[in-house]
Amino acid sequence: MVRLITHNLLACHAKDCNTNNFPLEFKDIQLEIREAEFNSDFLKGFMPKLEWKALVDTARQLGDTSLPLEQPEMVDDGFLKSLHHVLLEIHVEEGSMTCPNCKHVYPILNGIPNMLLAEHEIG
Amino acid sequence: MSRPELQAPPEIYYGDTEAKKYTQNTRNQQIQRDMTYRALELLNLPPDQPAFLLDIGCGSGLSGEILDEEGYLWAGVDIAPSMLEVALEREVEGDLFLHDIGQGFGFRPGSFDGAISISVLQWLLNAETSHPTSSPPHRLHRFFTTLHSAMRNPSRVILQFYPSSDDQIQLITSIAQKAGFGGGIVVDYPNSKKAKKVFLCLLVGGGGSQQQ
Ligand SMILES: [Zn+2]
Repeated sequence: MVRLITHNLLACHAKDCNTNNFPLEFKDIQLEIREAEFNSDFLKGFMPKLEWKALVDTARQLGDTSLPLEQPEMVDDGFLKSLHHVLLEIHVEEGSMTCPNCKHVYPILNGIPNMLLAEHEIG
Repeated sequence: MSRPELQAPPEIYYGDTEAKKYTQNTRNQQIQRDMTYRALELLNLPPDQPAFLLDIGCGSGLSGEILDEEGYLWAGVDIAPSMLEVALEREVEGDLFLHDIGQGFGFRPGSFDGAISISVLQWLLNAETSHPTSSPPHRLHRFFTTLHSAMRNPSRVILQFYPSSDDQIQLITSIAQKAGFGGGIVVDYPNSKKAKKVFLCLLVGGGGSQQQ
């Protein structure tokens, strides 16, 4: 299972790949929607950690346009429900993630991204 | 039988058969559960506050199940595909990654409110190839520096492991300190050869407001 909550935290960790290495770009993906328990306190606490533009852009790529372009200062229930769905209920099951900088491809099989680097890519 | 980490690298040692055996063994399950609860206790998170945790070497999800039960959201990394497959079968809630922690993490600064690791660190003490980047100090250094940056300030990381000598504890602790962590070693049941458990308790920025 890879969800946007972890995708939004994940940059490329290949050797010397330190700039423009986030967000990893999804390609050829298959999605699955699975319900998760709603917890507004968790979401509010998590919001400062998010890179908002990356989240909105990625959600739109995956076909979800429910999030506003700017992170709102006042959050209501409707917004939190959308955020909940985007972060925790959309699962990327197959496909890959490509680093925008070094172009390393992290394949996703059975919902599990393969983050292993080759010997020459290890820092 | 010699210690598993001396027989083969973890992704080889925990093939399909060992992964299932390890997960189904009720004694392993009980030990793993006890150590996970103890790690959570040492993590000392503020009560009734949601948190996003990292399970380092999450294996087949034995600890993850407890994190689920306790209401934590989490991500888990492991180098053994067979163990992760068992975790999928057990339908744990966390996001799983196939990852070699000795290669370092790519998580952005401040991603996690806490991290735990049960019976994993000793695997980093064995060189897997003759390549210089795979020497244990190199791998430990990458692991601790990238982990430190992935943690929120303040927060804690609790790593239970099986050192085979005081030198190993010394090596691990000094590399963790160089990476910026405070904290130290906690030993449970120090006088029992069987029950003795070593926890490396690392603090980021003082380790949080809930000091014991
Ligand atoms: Zn890269």
